[in-house]
Amino acid sequence: MGKHNTPMLDELEKGPWPSFVSDIKQQAEKGKHILKDAPEDLLGVMELSYVDKVTHWKHGGIVGVFGYGGGIIGRYCDQPKMFPGVAHFHTVRVNQPSSKFYTAKYLRSLCDLWEHHGSGLTNMHGSTGDIVFLGTTTDHLEPLFFEMTHELHQDLGGSGSNLRTPECCLGQSRCEFACYDTQEACDNLTHEYQDELHRPAFPYKFKFKFDGCPNGCVASIARSDMSFIGTWRDDIRIDQAAVKAYVGGEFAPNAGAYSGRDWGKFDIQKEVVDLCPTGCMRWDGSKLEINNRECVRCMHCLNVMPRALRKGLETGASILFGAKAPILEGAQMSTLTVPFLPMESPFSEAKELIEKVWDWWMEEGKNRERLGELIQRKSFQEFLRVCELDPDPRMVDEPRSNPYIFWKEEEVEGGWTRDIEAFRAKHQR
Amino acid sequence: MTEEEAKKLILETLQGKSKAKSKFYLKDFYAMIPDMKAREVKNIVNRMVSEGLLEYWSSGSTTLIGLKGMGKQHGEEDEA
Repeated sequence: MGKHNTPMLDELEKGPWPSFVSDIKQQAEKGKHILKDAPEDLLGVMELSYVDKVTHWKHGGIVGVFGYGGGIIGRYCDQPKMFPGVAHFHTVRVNQPSSKFYTAKYLRSLCDLWEHHGSGLTNMHGSTGDIVFLGTTTDHLEPLFFEMTHELHQDLGGSGSNLRTPECCLGQSRCEFACYDTQEACDNLTHEYQDELHRPAFPYKFKFKFDGCPNGCVASIARSDMSFIGTWRDDIRIDQAAVKAYVGGEFAPNAGAYSGRDWGKFDIQKEVVDLCPTGCMRWDGSKLEINNRECVRCMHCLNVMPRALRKGLETGASILFGAKAPILEGAQMSTLTVPFLPMESPFSEAKELIEKVWDWWMEEGKNRERLGELIQRKSFQEFLRVCELDPDPRMVDEPRSNPYIFWKEEEVEGGWTRDIEAFRAKHQR
Repeated sequence: MTEEEAKKLILETLQGKSKAKSKFYLKDFYAMIPDMKAREVKNIVNRMVSEGLLEYWSSGSTTLIGLKGMGKQHGEEDEA
């Protein structure tokens, strides 16, 4: 048994899955880390939380490294005498490389550094994508930061009311669906907005995420205030010979991804054409046709027959705004705002849009109000005015669910006169 | 208003409130200097942190800013 009796945590080691409890125990036994009691006391405080059914972590604190207002999160235990190894247990967010490509040497260097300055425990990766170092004391923060930046040339990520660490999918490095260079975009915007990333600038957090195509491998549509989703504006390229090869069983659908059991012969009508959400495809037994104007980029046909169907050649990204997790009201997905934006370095069009949106949010946003909530409060019409964009049918998710259109007087020829008092005399509020 | 005047106004405002409240949202600083653009105020506030006049407090999700040394400090976290 370790330093603390942890029967409930021990239960978590018994399932068929890898267990974080086993990982923490391994770190405690390995003992290379400088904060010797941290892993065992972490298990102890967690067990106590399970017994008491409340957290024993306090909420935030004053810690950081000089010049930075993000990247370090103060964590203090509210039972410091019982668990001195985690009395001060600050989190460090480390900006992950684009698409999380590492060399083994780099990972070892990071882990060695963390064992020298902290608990040695990491979270690879946090939800936003950062490499997360779990638990150190305040006196280790500046030396850790100095070595990380000067020797490993590695920066901290974002936290607090800052731009959060931007994140991208594998993009063109590994994926034929990628419509723009997501790594280049992520890297460029990370460098451009260093000040917003490292110093508080906003009413609350702000996230960019870069998906190379509508498959959305970093789920930007659900997880970022500004989602970049690769798209094309010409036609899906069709190789009719390859379509026939799929129909004839020469190529496995979905690149063989569902070959674990016998699904029967591939049926293009049932498995592709009939599943198109807008019904924009037709198969006459020898030729596949797509009405590209009706395509909503669901990606199903391209995923099923990647050798036969390929994205168009005129590529860029759709820009959506306003996703968030549930805190106020429910979770919200991003709303399509710019159907197509060119995505070539230095990404000037994207930056121009970002700065208009930020200026508005900084002026109008309430404390702890995400951009999506501000758009909801002030209206999408107002948001389009800020972005200097005209309304477009592609921005409408569900026609007729809200039939109200509010015209401004200057938008209507001849304007109008309105006597609000006369109106209220007949209509109570 | 010059940057120095803005800094002085911020310090005076915070000192006046320090008994009741020690941490403020960035937006509270915009209200202290309504004639200045939000972005400029943000830059001044962040510079004041670098100069050791103000300090950040972060919950991890939200950042608050207060006068350096006011409110609960790092060294007091272990005190009952």
